Amino acid sequence: MAKIIVYPPTSMILSDLVDRMGHKALVVPEAVRKLVTASDIQSPPLNVTPEEPKKGLRYAAVDVPSGVRGRMALIGPIIEEAEAAIIVEDPGWLTGCAGCSRTNELVRLLIRTKGVPLLDLSYPNNDEQARAFVKKIKAFLEGLK
Amino acid sequence: MLVTKYVITSSESDILPSDIAMKIYGSGRKVNVKETCFGVMINGEEDVIAELVKDIRTLDPHGIFIKDRGFPPGDPRRCRGRRGGGARPGFYMIESEAKLLPMITRALAFEGDAREPPPREKHLHLKRLEEIIKEDLS
Repeated sequence: MAKIIVYPPTSMILSDLVDRMGHKALVVPEAVRKLVTASDIQSPPLNVTPEEPKKGLRYAAVDVPSGVRGRMALIGPIIEEAEAAIIVEDPGWLTGCAGCSRTNELVRLLIRTKGVPLLDLSYPNNDEQARAFVKKIKAFLEGLK
Repeated sequence: MLVTKYVITSSESDILPSDIAMKIYGSGRKVNVKETCFGVMINGEEDVIAELVKDIRTLDPHGIFIKDRGFPPGDPRRCRGRRGGGARPGFYMIESEAKLLPMITRALAFEGDAREPPPREKHLHLKRLEEIIKEDLS
């Protein structure tokens, strides 16, 4: 079982397909869960302390907006943990944790420069593309076993 | 550790959120269930949820999709009843991807050999656009 980071890191389709094939999908909700359900919440309601943007400094310079560094505090450790990656081209409707374009550029760059096996795809628009989409993901994940 | 998962059904699936909820109640496992318009949220111990997810998938192996959620169900920090209405931020991502689920469901059920689709049309290059404008204006 390999740890696969998926991009967009909040994608339901990608995390589900990875789980179906017997691998572990590394996704942002897991990182969020650790923050919001910790028993020693220091900064209610979300427990995002000044430490989070500082963690983000490992991935982005100090003059980068704190929103990018805050997001990287969640996504950066996931990238470090990843053993393979699936990147689906930005569909143009990313929101929430994945709603910052500059963070997304940095995430894609860090994944690509990490040197792990990588699958590049686009979201399907019709049945033919969807079949190829699923087939490529299956073949990629089977190759990792 | 307590985990929360979304169980989301494809719009073409015959399974309703209430069917999934009944399956979970019938399993007798100690989990919290919350029905939504697109599926259910389940919250419980990690190993219990992992087993339950396998059971739920048997209802419709290709039409049920699972996603992690950070906040527990009904959490006042995310629950719209406490926030004064409006969808929570993550819903828009689910809504957008849910439109693709029928295609993904059919693709998962497809047993033949998927052909490589023709390459997608690329956006018009800026220089070509300039040429077209100049041709039209000249």
